[in-house]
This record gives sequence, C-alpha cells and structure tokens, in this order.
Amino acid sequence: MIFKVFKNQELARLHELLAVNIVVGPVAKGNDRNGKPLYDFDVVYDFNELALDYTQTVHSPKRFVLPYQETLSTFAVNRKDWEKHVDFNVYRPLVFFGMHACDINALNKLDLVLAQSTYPNPYYMGKRKNLFIIGIDCKPEPQCFCRSMGTDSAIHGFDVFLTDLGGKYFAEILSATAFDLLGQISCQDPSAKDLALYKQATNGKNKHYTAQVETSDLTKILDLEFESPAWDYWGEKCLSCGTCANVCPTCYCYGVEEHVDLDLQHASKTKSLHSCNLIDFAKVAGGHNFRPTSASRLKYRYYHKHRGFVEAFEESLCVGCGRCGTACLADITPPEVIASVRGKE
Amino acid sequence: MHNKLHFIDVLGRTTGAHRKQDPDSFEYTLPAEITSIYPLTASEKLYQIQIIDPELRNRFSFKPGQFVMLELPGIGEAPFSISSSPVRRGDLELCIRAVGNFTNFLAKMERGAKVGITGPFGTHFPLEKMQGNDILLIGGGLGIVPLRSPLLAVLENRSRYGRVDIMYGAKSPMELLFTYQYEEWRRFDITLGITVDKADKGWKGRTGLITELLQERIKQTTSLRENTYAIVCGPPVMFHFVCKMLTEAGLPMQKMFVSLERRMHCGRGKCCRCNIGSTYTCLDGPVFDYWSVMNLKEAI
Repeated sequence: MIFKVFKNQELARLHELLAVNIVVGPVAKGNDRNGKPLYDFDVVYDFNELALDYTQTVHSPKRFVLPYQETLSTFAVNRKDWEKHVDFNVYRPLVFFGMHACDINALNKLDLVLAQSTYPNPYYMGKRKNLFIIGIDCKPEPQCFCRSMGTDSAIHGFDVFLTDLGGKYFAEILSATAFDLLGQISCQDPSAKDLALYKQATNGKNKHYTAQVETSDLTKILDLEFESPAWDYWGEKCLSCGTCANVCPTCYCYGVEEHVDLDLQHASKTKSLHSCNLIDFAKVAGGHNFRPTSASRLKYRYYHKHRGFVEAFEESLCVGCGRCGTACLADITPPEVIASVRGKE
Repeated sequence: MHNKLHFIDVLGRTTGAHRKQDPDSFEYTLPAEITSIYPLTASEKLYQIQIIDPELRNRFSFKPGQFVMLELPGIGEAPFSISSSPVRRGDLELCIRAVGNFTNFLAKMERGAKVGITGPFGTHFPLEKMQGNDILLIGGGLGIVPLRSPLLAVLENRSRYGRVDIMYGAKSPMELLFTYQYEEWRRFDITLGITVDKADKGWKGRTGLITELLQERIKQTTSLRENTYAIVCGPPVMFHFVCKMLTEAGLPMQKMFVSLERRMHCGRGKCCRCNIGSTYTCLDGPVFDYWSVMNLKEAI
C-alpha cells in the first residue's frame, strides 16, 4: 500500500477536484429526542455540508448499491405476446466521501454473496464497481462492537482511507485513480513522526470500545443453543417490524413483485428489500408459514448473520456497527442477545 | 474535467460464460408457450410448456429434481419442480395446483399463452448413483410431482435399475394425480402402491397411511442397507415418519433423498427467502440427502 500525508485544508481541494462527479457523504440531519445529532448519507454539493466528524449515520450506505426499491425489468405486453426489457439501473459513477471502516467492510461482505458467488447480481455489481470510496477513521460509539467482529479497520474495498493525525490526514491509497487525484493536491510522503502519530491514533481508538461480542466458537454455540429459551425471551420483545434490517449495512434479503400498468400494455417487475423479521417472509402459497413466531424469525436473523454466512464464506455477515440496536424500538441489541444465548447475564 | 470518473459498464459484456457466472444473464427469461393444459383434478393441472426458440429448447437441459422459475409478465414469478422426463429438454411439463394469486391466475390461462421460463435451478436426484439398485419413490399429495421426473428418467433406461416401487398417498381418490399413467408405469415393471386417507364410493384400492404401504414393502426384504435408494417427497409430517421408518429398516441416510419446498423470489441464492437456517434451498437444494436435512435446523 502507498501512504501519503496532507494538510487538513487540502481536503476541500480534494472535494473540489471530485465535484465533477456526484458526491455522496455524511451530512447532519437534525437532532434526536435526546438532543444527539443525527447523520445520514446524502448527495453533497458543498464541501461545508460534509460532516466528516460524524458519529454514525442512521442508515447504512447500502441504499446506493442496493436501493430499497428497484425496477428489475419492464415488459411490453399485448394480447398475444410480451417482450422483456432489462435495465440494471447503473448510469454514472458515485464518489463516497467519508465512509467508516465498518461500512466499507459491509460492502466487502455484500460482494462475497452478490458479486463473487454463483449467479452474480449485475444490479449490485454495476453500482458497486462504479463507487469511488474515500474512507475516514472514526471514534467508537457506545453501540459499536466492530472490533469484536474484526471489521474495525478496512484493508480493501476503498480507494483511499484517511486517518486524522491532528492537522494532517494520513492517506492509505489503494487505487491508481486515487493516487492520481492526490497528486493534484499538495501532499507528502509520511515522515517517521507521521507514522508514530498514525500508530498512536489507532491505539487510542482501540481504547474506546465499550460494547463487545464474544465471537469465539459462536457458530458452534448457536448450533447448540438452537432450542435455548433465550430466543423466546427476545422473540417476545421483538415487534417484528424489520427496522433492524432497514438500517443494517449487510441485510440484502428481498421480495419481488410484478405490476401491470393501467393501460394493460406495460408491466414491471420490482424488487423491494425485505426483512426476515416480517411475518410473511417464509410464508408460502396456501398459507403455511415456515417461521410463524417472532422468536423463530429473530433467531433466523442471528443464524444467517453469525452462522450461515460463516459456513459459506468463512466470516460473519455482521460488521458490528450497532445500528440495529440503536434503531430497535424494543431495545434488542446483538451484544445482549448473543451474551444471553451464551448463557451470560 | 479530467477528474470525471471513468464509468464502468457491466452491461453487454456477455463473454459466453456459463449462465451461473455471467451477470448479464441474471434476469434473462426464455420465452415459452403453454402448448397444452390437462386438468388432472379439481385444482391441479398439468401444463405443457415449450421454449419457443427450437435451438434454446434443445440446449435447455435439466436433471430430475431441478426446478424452473415460471414467469407470467405482470403477475409474478414462482418456482415449480419439473415433472417431465429430462430427455424432452425444453419441452417441459409442470403440474401446478391453483392455491395462491399466481397459480390461480395461471389456472385461468389458455393454451397458446406466452410465459417465461428461467432455469433450471437447484440440485437433482443422483440417478447415476442409483443405477443397478432398487429405488423406492415415496410421495404424498403433491409430492408425486417432483417424483415423476426421476420416474420417467428411470423408465427411459428401465433395465439399468433393479426393482422400482412407487408408494403414493393422497387424501381422497379424487385427488390422485396422473391416474391415466398408472397402467403404463406398471407395464414397465414398476410396483405401484396407492393409498388414500378417505375412500369414496367407487374406490376399490386401499385406505390408510402411506407408512402402512411402506411397512409392507420393508417386510418383503431383509434389509434396505444394500442396493436400495429412496426418494421421499411430501408434506413435512410425512417426511418425519417415512424417513424414520426407512432409517429403522437400515437404509443409510445418504441414500435417502428428499425434495423440500420453500418460498422463493429469485432462485439464484440472492433473496434469502428460501433459507433453511442459512442454507439456500434454491442453490443447495431443493434435493437434499436425509443426512443434510437432519443437520438443517427447522428443515422438516
């Protein structure tokens, strides 16, 4: 990897250079009921709108690669025949200015299942390949357990990753485009002092984690505790609203619906992201539901994240961002659920 | 302006790769036509669906046990097991019960209607391994539908297999499927056992559970351990009792195959709707050996 350092004020220049593209970044979106500032990813037109010191966005960046609703194909229909038109809905590159390591890792995990497995999904791949990602370091929030999940630092999946050294940014460069771009602003090779500062910054970050999940042997423990009463306890609390999947950076389950236009000449096939916590998730025609209780659905969500994905790809699907716990109306958080399944109070 | 990022187009890069690896063919549907419709019972019909392009029809190859996604533009898309013989290739037969929105709409369609076919998807029954062995085909209700494809494949090469038994149970004689083919199957030296839960006036056959039929069959041989394979398909409660009985009779778990049903929205391992625990029914199934099913939580 190639490293560079540049002064903080050069960042505005970097944004200016990239502003010929569509730039998406974290922006402030008011306060929550406790007066805590809320952030979300949105299109940014002015560098001053960017809130690069953001804590965590409410929603994950997944909607830019996996829209909540997307038209997969359209049909021209007549009495005798039909014709299908497929559009992958990829039109232009997108610059992501300021993505935390957990979200970068989330995209890497989505790549495994959506782009690198059998039947690669072109709707996702097209959008993902056209992302230019500038990562930025973060300060751990109380809900973050990314360190437990091994996703507190990103080693691939971005173009350049910035760490604030106080007055200077330390840049890890992963792509030729990013290298070329940094060549246009004033930046230097890091000195020994910069490297020491960088190590100090990462060490300092590690001290701030409060939430954690014990992941050793978790796949086996989940298998052993399939009938654990803990699932019923959390299932009873769960409102089956699907908010966790909505904010999750790696939930990719979906449903497909088709609609006929009022003119009866056209039809469309639409994909909407779904949640395995919603009651109709595993319901088949005829009315049988394979997961009728909220406990069984909540359990399935944890099994998919922490066991099934590990079986298939040797790593967990959870990145430990803690958004699901923050958004949950019933205060269900993964560290608590996993601890109780492990039998710890 | 030279900082405008280069747009990477994923469209139109078809490299001739297999459809499992080619992103461009992800949403590709084969235009097909309903060439005939046979009503089998009050709610089930057998649809003959032919891929229109003769070349694509010939290139379409599947193995017994696999399924296709049937698409009715504007109405929806749903997975169905293929019940025709694999030698007929893209000239498919799908037996479908009118039970939900999609299938009720399909039931109103007429011969000549244009539909879409995607697939085939999923795993298959390993008939090549079964050669030289006895086969038990055990189906309950609609479970006979996925069994018909391996059965027809066996009939194509009848001499390569040993004794073949079909055990088929339905709720009532009115609900028996493929009745017009029973004589033909018997002519091929297939032992056909049929039972119904509730007889009607004209019923001369047997009444009772499918497990009783199976019990009789088991008594005729000393052990199922050697040279027997079983394919079981039906409602979950039937799996439970039949598989238990077969295991007790000595049939090894890896020689017992089941075909599972789940909700599916893509068929390609992307929508997660068909997951059992975390195994995709569309990629790793729908055909599983009993050992795999035992290891899947909440499978049957």
